[in-house]
Amino acid sequence: MESKKILEVNDLRVSFDTYAGEVQAVRGVSFYLNKAETIGVVGESGCGKTVSVQSIMKLIPMPPGRIKQGSILFEGKDITHYSDKQMQKIRGSEMGMIFQDPMTSLNPTMKIGNQIIDVLRRHKEISTADARKKAVEMLELVGLPNPKGRINQYPHEFSGGMRQRVMIAIALICGPKLLIADEPTTALDVTIQAQILDLMKDLKNKIKTSIILITHDLGVIAGMAERVIVMYAGKIMESGPVDNIFLNPLHPYSWGLLKSVPRLDAFSKEKKLSAIPGYPPDLFSPPKGCPFASRCNYSMEICYEAMPKMTEVSNGHHVACWLTHPLAPAVNRKSAEGNKKNE
Amino acid sequence: MNKNKKLIEVSGLKKYFNLGGKRILKAVDNVNFFIREGETLGLVGESGCGKTTTGRTIVRLYDATEGKVLYNGEDIQRLGKKGMKEFTKKVQMIFQDPYASLDPRMTVGDIIGEGIDIHNIYQGKDRKDRIFQLLEKVGLNKEHANRFPHEFSGGQRQRIGVARALAVEPKFIVCDEPISALDVSIQAQVVNLLINLQEEFNLTYLFIAHDLSMVKHISNRVAVMYLGSIVEITNSEELYTNPIHPYTKALLSAIPIPDPVVERERQRMILQGDVPSPINIAPGCKFRERCFNAKKECATINPQLTEVSPGHFVACGMC
Repeated sequence: MESKKILEVNDLRVSFDTYAGEVQAVRGVSFYLNKAETIGVVGESGCGKTVSVQSIMKLIPMPPGRIKQGSILFEGKDITHYSDKQMQKIRGSEMGMIFQDPMTSLNPTMKIGNQIIDVLRRHKEISTADARKKAVEMLELVGLPNPKGRINQYPHEFSGGMRQRVMIAIALICGPKLLIADEPTTALDVTIQAQILDLMKDLKNKIKTSIILITHDLGVIAGMAERVIVMYAGKIMESGPVDNIFLNPLHPYSWGLLKSVPRLDAFSKEKKLSAIPGYPPDLFSPPKGCPFASRCNYSMEICYEAMPKMTEVSNGHHVACWLTHPLAPAVNRKSAEGNKKNE
Repeated sequence: MNKNKKLIEVSGLKKYFNLGGKRILKAVDNVNFFIREGETLGLVGESGCGKTTTGRTIVRLYDATEGKVLYNGEDIQRLGKKGMKEFTKKVQMIFQDPYASLDPRMTVGDIIGEGIDIHNIYQGKDRKDRIFQLLEKVGLNKEHANRFPHEFSGGQRQRIGVARALAVEPKFIVCDEPISALDVSIQAQVVNLLINLQEEFNLTYLFIAHDLSMVKHISNRVAVMYLGSIVEITNSEELYTNPIHPYTKALLSAIPIPDPVVERERQRMILQGDVPSPINIAPGCKFRERCFNAKKECATINPQLTEVSPGHFVACGMC
C-alpha cells in the first residue's frame, strides 16, 4: 500500500516570525495523497491552506517563514529539508502549481511561448525548436485557440480564462506527478470557471496526475475532489471521502460551512441563512483547546481545555471533535446538518 | 406601505464611455426595469456586463448618456444641487471592496458620522449616540467607534460600510457585490444582517452580485445582464425553475452545487469563449456568438424584452 501514496505530510507546523510575534499559520497538519487522486482542501482565508501547500513546494519565504516541525514525503523521499537547489530540480518538473491570480502570476514582459519553453528547457535536455513544438501541443491541449499564432503574444493580450489556461499549460508541460491548484478559478467568472474545471477534469483523465485543489467554494470541491480536507485555524478539522463530508459531515464547522451557503437547487421557506457566528481566532495566540470552540453551538467545557484527537469514525473518514467521544452528549444532527435538497 | 409602489423606475437607460478615437464603450445599453418599495432586485451577470455601471448610474454617481431614472416618480437627472442633496439622503450604496471603500485615516465613528454631519441630522451628544446605536445595529459595539478601519477584519469592515449607509436613514440601497470579498461563513452573516435591516426599516435593495445562489436567496426578482443589456428578468423562483434565455440557462448550469451526488449526475452547458469586448459591438443579438441556439436571423434581430408569462420578461429572438 505504501507505494500508492505520492505525498505524505506528517504533523507539519509552519510559523512566520513577525515583529508582532510568531504567527502559527499551520499547526500540525497530516494528510496523504494517492496516485492519480484529487484531494480538495477547504477552509476560510487565513486557515493555512495555502501555507500548507506552499511549504510542500517550499515556496514560502524563509525567513520569516519556517517549518517548525513535521515531515513531507514526496514519492517516499523526505523533502522537508531539501536545499533550494534540490527543490529546483523537482519544482516545475515533478510538481506543478497553478496560482489563484492569472493576472499577476505570469511574467508580463515575456511572450507566453517563452515562459513555457523556459520551464521545459530548464528541466529537460531539449532543443528550442522541439520545446516550441511541445509548447504548441500543450497549448492546444489546454484549449487555447490558434496556439501557433498566440504563442508569440504577451499575457496582457489574453483574457483571464485564457491566462489561466496558459498557467495550466506551464504547470503541466513537464508532466508533473503532483499538481497543486491554489484557488484556480476564484478570480474567474462562473461560465469561465466551468470551462476551466471541465478542462482540469479532462486533463486529469488524460495525464493521470495527482491534484491538490484548494478552494473555498464547496460546490467546486463537490464536483472535483475524491477526498476532502476541511481546515480551520491551521488545523485539519475533518477529512474523508467527498460523499462522507458532504452527506454525513461530523464536525460542527463542516455543518456550519455547508449550511451557510444557499443552494441553487433548493427552495427553502427560511429567509435567513444559518451563519456561523463570530470570527476565526487570531493565530498569534491560538486558543489551547479546539480553535472552533468559541463559534461552536455545541461546545463543552473540554473543548476550551484540550484539542480533540483526530479519530477515524468510518473507513477513511477522520474527525477532530469531542462530540465523537463516547462520553459526549448526543447532538440532534438533523437540525445541524447542511442544506439538503428539499423538494 | 404600498407594496406595489414603484420606488425606482429605469427606462431606456444608456451609459456610454467615450474612449477616444471612434471607440465607444456601451457599458449600459438601453436598460429598463423597476423596483417596488421594500423589494430586493438582484442584478447578475459576468464581470464587465455593466451591472456596477447600472447601479452607479441609478444613484447618479455617473450621469446617464440617455434615458431616465425615476426615484419616487422624480427624474434624478434633472435634480439641482439642492435636490441632489436631498436625494443622497434617501439613496445609499454599499461597495464591493471593504478594504478600499473606507478611508484609512478616519476613525470608524467619523466614517459613519460623515453623512450625519453633511445632512446635519444630529449634533453633539445625539450624534455620538446615533453612531453607537448604528454600530450595535450592525453587530459591532461602541468601543469600535474610536478605532481605524485597518483594525478590523473584512466582515467587520463590511458591517461598518453597512452602518455608514444606514446613517442617513435611506430608503433605497444599492449593494454592489457586498459579499464577494468575504469568506463563506462571513457572507452568510452579512446577508442575514441585510435581510434583518430590510425588514426593520422597510428598505429597498438593488443587490448586484455574480453569485447566483446568493442572489436567488436574497432577491424577490432577478435581472440577468449580458453586455450592457438585460436578457431576462422575473421573480427569483421562476428564474431558477424555468429559465428561458440561453444565457440564463448556461449561467445556472455553470454554478457548482455543494453536493457530490448532484454534481456527478449533472449535465453542464459549457459556454465557449469569453465575453466579447463591449467596444463597438456588432448589431444583432449580442449573445449570438456564444449561444448554442443561435440561428442566422440572430445577426439581424435586435431582441427586446418581451413578456412571456406574467412578470417574466425575456430578450431573445428565438425563444
